[in-house]
Amino acid sequence: MGDNLISVNNVSVNFDYQENFISKKQKIHAVNNINIKIKKGSFFGLVGESGSGKTTLGRAILGANKISSGNVIFHDDEKDYDLTDMNKQDLKEYRKKAQLIFQDPYAALSPRMTVRDIIAEPLEVMKITNSRQETDERVRDIASKCRLNIEHLRRFPHAFSGGQRQRISIARALVSNPKFIVADESVAALDVSIQADILNLLKQLQTELNLTYLFISHDLSVVAHVCDVVAVMYLGHIVEMGPSRELFKNPKHSYTKALLSSIPSIDPEKRSEAIELKGEIPSALNPPPGCVFRTRCPNPGVDCKGGEIKMGLIEVEPGHWVDQCCAL
Amino acid sequence: MSHLLEVKNLDVKFDTDEGRITAVENISLSVDQGEVLGIVGESGSGKSVTAKSIMKLNPGNTSYNEDAEIILDNENVLQFTSKQDLKKIRGGKVSMIFQEPMASFAPAIKIGAQMVEQLLIHKNINKEEAKSISINMLKRVGIADAEKRFNQYAFELSGGMRQRAMIAMALSTMPKLLLADEPTTALDVTIQAQVINLIKDIIKEYQMGVIFITHDLGVIAQVADHVAVMYLGSVVEKGPVNEILKNPKHPYTKGLLQALPDINNLDAPLSPIPGNIPSPLDRPTGCVFRTRCPHHNPEGKDGKIEMKLIEVEPGHWVDQCGIKCGQNG
Ligand SMILES: Nc1ncnc2c1ncn2[C@@H]1O[C@H](COP(=O)(O)OP(=O)(O)OP(=O)(O)O)[C@@H](O)[C@H]1O
Ligand SMILES: Nc1ncnc2c1ncn2[C@@H]1O[C@H](COP(=O)(O)OP(=O)(O)O)[C@@H](O)[C@H]1O
Ligand code: SF4
Ligand code: SF4
Ligand SMILES: [Mg+2]
Ligand SMILES: [Mg+2]
Repeated sequence: MGDNLISVNNVSVNFDYQENFISKKQKIHAVNNINIKIKKGSFFGLVGESGSGKTTLGRAILGANKISSGNVIFHDDEKDYDLTDMNKQDLKEYRKKAQLIFQDPYAALSPRMTVRDIIAEPLEVMKITNSRQETDERVRDIASKCRLNIEHLRRFPHAFSGGQRQRISIARALVSNPKFIVADESVAALDVSIQADILNLLKQLQTELNLTYLFISHDLSVVAHVCDVVAVMYLGHIVEMGPSRELFKNPKHSYTKALLSSIPSIDPEKRSEAIELKGEIPSALNPPPGCVFRTRCPNPGVDCKGGEIKMGLIEVEPGHWVDQCCAL
Repeated sequence: MSHLLEVKNLDVKFDTDEGRITAVENISLSVDQGEVLGIVGESGSGKSVTAKSIMKLNPGNTSYNEDAEIILDNENVLQFTSKQDLKKIRGGKVSMIFQEPMASFAPAIKIGAQMVEQLLIHKNINKEEAKSISINMLKRVGIADAEKRFNQYAFELSGGMRQRAMIAMALSTMPKLLLADEPTTALDVTIQAQVINLIKDIIKEYQMGVIFITHDLGVIAQVADHVAVMYLGSVVEKGPVNEILKNPKHPYTKGLLQALPDINNLDAPLSPIPGNIPSPLDRPTGCVFRTRCPHHNPEGKDGKIEMKLIEVEPGHWVDQCGIKCGQNG
């Protein structure tokens, strides 16, 4: 508590899965026993491969996915909200304070609404403002903070480029004056040149509006640049977590190392330095026992093969946590 | 020696409700056997349209200019109209890999059946031979249980596996030229590294020519021998990959490189290219990049100078603006 905004305590999220109506019910272990603390004002990064559970965890923290076990606490100034135990009124309050910026700037905006209406919608739905004038003022204020012109507000989204649409999505997420933002692959669909612009905008808004971010991405160079803390996920588990500089300079887990080495270097003379991972990420329907990475690990230790060690993070340097199977 | 592929002075225009759009203007490129030409540029810069022209896959509202030539194996593809001729470039001498692998597999037909059918169209072989070539190719691209996968549908495979199956299908006919349109953009970095290594091995083994399209300069650095940088339908700079990435001349190429977050230098600020790419409906006159160029000078020559590549180092071509109008516009 104190300087934390979010505490995620032993959170697991399972989904029921049935291949067809006669087959037996199975469980997808999307997120397993996650513990993280997100400091106020931090830019917390979450990386990992497709299907590793990033979005599911992000949605669980927003209260948009049911939490199968564990709890999430949102530490507001006056009170703590426990997401697993909230009444309707609290949930309404929480929705204003925690917002999502979508992945795809093309799909996320309704084509039949003007930009003004798109940005104003959360204010109207959550009944935050009392008059049209007040709504307009807030829309104009946040639009200009997101570098949109007043004349843009009358247009429809199809008239905008990817980068501009992303700014519209950001304005919409920020209009209710939230404290916490989940940005799920918010720059993945953008070209590098526009991506840099949006990242700078997010950073600038963070200081201006006192925001805390959970930033989900699979682009490690982006994460390294904007995030102060990073957690690496694989198959529903956090396998490593720490201050970004420390983690990128001194990765401990075999998966983090492989991930870092896979970033294609911009130097044509440095080719093929990637630690090649063979095979596919296993199914979350039946994850391997013990270390979840061992089916693809390039250099498993003797102890790893049996899969006897239980997963769990241990602190190897101040603030730098690594899964114990790999750290030992 | 003549090139495997030579594109000369190509314009591609589309007729739309809003008017005639210039998607590609005056492009010239070449690819040799065993060589990878990378094409980079922001979305909307005309990369896919260029690739599709080579297979004549652009839709009915497309027009090409009279004096353009796309010479593949000494024949001008743009003159092809008969089914027989088109068959040569669609899955015959040329194969294409798309960004979204689902696009090239029919959802209701098993992967193996599609591979066999394609081989029977293009090769003079029987079904049994086609099946064994297909299964071998699936193995070759690193798909375990190839016999089993042969009998599955595309949706039953994971993203990375599907991408490899598509590569296997594209390669099974032994094309002379492979067009890879953002083949790794939708993949995770670890799977992307697998696919890049695979493509590199196969090029070496079969000595095919490749056009590799991406907006990721890191990927270009890893696979390409030569690179062409496109902006708003024009090639603004091209040359050997080392030269372009280490000694870029054009303000757009420099901008792209500066915008890239560098993991080895976390203190460097992220510097975007300011502004937005203009609509192809109002393409700037003269230099296409001038609406976003930091060195643009409205009084200068860049609105008037015609775009044209000039050779500044052996094999390194840059739009003449960069020389004539230099850094001062
Ligand atoms: N609500 C859901 N129901 C069923 N499957 C889902 C759901 N949400 C996500 N998935 C599945 O989870 C996997 C990952 O989904 P997602 O699109 O979030 O990946 P991602 O990591 O964000 O990928 P990308 O990096 O391409 O955006 C996919 O196989 C997807 O189909
Ligand atoms: N509502 C759902 N129903 C069933 N499975 C789901 C659901 N949401 C996510 N999953 C599964 O949970 C796992 C994690 O998914 P997701 O959170 O989307 O991962 P990421 O965002 O890292 O790609 C995947 O295997 C996915 O198929
Ligand atoms: S615990 Fe063993 S198998 Fe797992 S990642 Fe570490 S070294 Fe590899
Ligand atoms: S011609 Fe002028 S505006 Fe165009 S790229 Fe060169 S310096 Fe920039
Ligand atoms: Mg996701
Ligand atoms: Mg494209």
